[in-house]
Amino acid sequence: MADLLANLSLGFGIALSPYTLLLAIIGCFIGTIVGALPGLGPANGVAIMIPITFSMGLDATGALILLTAIYYGAMYGGRISSILLNIPGDEPAMMTTLDGYPMAKAGRAGDALVISGFASFVGAFLATLGLAILAPALSRIAYEFGPAEYFALYLLAFCTLGGIASNNQAKAALASCLGIGIAMIGLDPNSGLPRMTGGNLHLYDGIDFLVAIVGLFAVSEVFFFIESKGKSGAAGIKLRGRVTVPWAEIWTTRWTMIRCSVVGFIAGVLPGAGASLGSFMTYMMEKSIAGEKGKFGTGVAKGIAAPEVGNNAAAGGALVPMLTLGVPGSGTTAVLLAVLVTLNITPGPTLFVERPDVVWSLIASLLIANFVLLAMNVPMVKVFVKVLEVPPAILMPGVTMVSFVGIYSLTGSYFDLLLVVLFGVLGYVLRKLDIPTVPVILGILLGSKMEKQLRDAMVLSDGDWTYLFSSTISSVLIVAAIVGFILPIFLRGRIRKPQRVSD
Amino acid sequence: MTRPSDRIFGLVVILAALAYIASALQVQASFLSDPVGPKAFPIAVGIVAILCAVTMIARPDAEPEWPALRSTLAIGIAIVVLVIYAYALKPLGFLIPTAVVAAILSYQISPSPKVSVLSGIGLSIGLFVLFRFVLGLSLFGFPRGWF
Repeated sequence: MADLLANLSLGFGIALSPYTLLLAIIGCFIGTIVGALPGLGPANGVAIMIPITFSMGLDATGALILLTAIYYGAMYGGRISSILLNIPGDEPAMMTTLDGYPMAKAGRAGDALVISGFASFVGAFLATLGLAILAPALSRIAYEFGPAEYFALYLLAFCTLGGIASNNQAKAALASCLGIGIAMIGLDPNSGLPRMTGGNLHLYDGIDFLVAIVGLFAVSEVFFFIESKGKSGAAGIKLRGRVTVPWAEIWTTRWTMIRCSVVGFIAGVLPGAGASLGSFMTYMMEKSIAGEKGKFGTGVAKGIAAPEVGNNAAAGGALVPMLTLGVPGSGTTAVLLAVLVTLNITPGPTLFVERPDVVWSLIASLLIANFVLLAMNVPMVKVFVKVLEVPPAILMPGVTMVSFVGIYSLTGSYFDLLLVVLFGVLGYVLRKLDIPTVPVILGILLGSKMEKQLRDAMVLSDGDWTYLFSSTISSVLIVAAIVGFILPIFLRGRIRKPQRVSD
Repeated sequence: MTRPSDRIFGLVVILAALAYIASALQVQASFLSDPVGPKAFPIAVGIVAILCAVTMIARPDAEPEWPALRSTLAIGIAIVVLVIYAYALKPLGFLIPTAVVAAILSYQISPSPKVSVLSGIGLSIGLFVLFRFVLGLSLFGFPRGWF
């Protein structure tokens, strides 16, 4: 406990410097806008901003704070269009449409926005505290990890992502293979000889995951907008009059908020589950607790609070495995992991010992960011409602140009821009076929490491494959991976899941 | 053949995976090799991909809704324009290619010539000011030698 306070004071020392504070506020603002816009979610938002962040020359702490503030902000902002347009601003906000839109239709759009804003705050704040407590403890366990354990852990991440978070095991596994296969391109780390490059010199350094992320998440979205001609189809509800805070109603949801924070946080910590599943689980849980009398789906406060607490708590929880083990719990944390790797910071247990300034200033900034977001999303919510009026015909070309210039200013290579277009087309086809794109990113990000850990393990054991099962930790992880992949096939009939997971 | 999309995609994946495995077999192994070597992992990935693709062919999902011919054409135009943009950005500077490409993309989303031209010009100048002067990126506005 004393450790925690000492660490937090170190973190606040950095986070409260005017420059860092400014970055957090800018991040919150951009994040809420990104979240509010239908079609742009946390993963797209962070992906588009990464190259720009790098070319601005921010240091590791600054870049990470800016991008995680965007991440948190997008989780808050996603509810705005769920409530007003009945279109989720991003995937995790999908469940918020179920009660948020009916309440808005009943003339209480302001109340719905305020209740969900508070719920977001409670979920995100408790999850950030959970992160501060759980992450150091988990990082101590992670010290026990050798190559065999890390290989098993990566396997677990791919399997649970494919198992829990997708509708079709084969498609999710195929997406992982695609990503890992792309990661193999370039120089073999052990021998230094080129692999799978087809003799193309541009490919000797491998394919930068930023290029893949921007293509798969941002450019493919543009193609979807072109296909739908920017039509949203739903009638928007106007926000009229002053926004007041329905304190009494928020107070009735207190236990809902606490329960959902815990469940959402756990959903976030599990690799591969992420915020979409967090909000789904919390909504279903509260719905069954409330029963028929709860009138879920007709615009009740608990029905708005539950998924918003859930997705924001999961967003915080997903940072735990990303920081302590280097294995992201969701798509957006995979993107954040890419940031860390590019900044020459290796997430994992050593991060907490070697760079406590980065970790603790991040956690402190997130605690501050939550208050900033509460202020932006409750009293100032009208500002963001205006954003929904930007027509896609201006927005989407803007997003494309920002993505391209970001990549171009980072690499200065036309070849990488071509790859961005290629990944955009690939992302479009994959999403059309209901093949998830998050495992592709995870594969590109972790593929080389997974291979390296396997080969290191085999060097240690002199080629004996049973070495992978030699420790309890690795055996448990491998068994969990297999169960996590196969079990959902049998549960599929009973549990209906959100359709696609992209957070 | 019912539900052709998943099946065709599965077939493409199998062909690509076979090519990938073939390419992996060609990888030179250095004399300082570890027990696994540089070939085994890519080959294993290729094999898993083939298994997944076979499953997709055997048990395809419901057919996705593909866009109508006109939308497909619009997406095709967008792809071509973006490829040209990738080549044009360096020699032609930021402003002109960006204005043209943004206008074309805007037109593909909402076919109003006035809005497209205005958003092309607006985005081009607005983003240039943002990138160059606010964020301090080194971008060239015009082709070299104009000014």
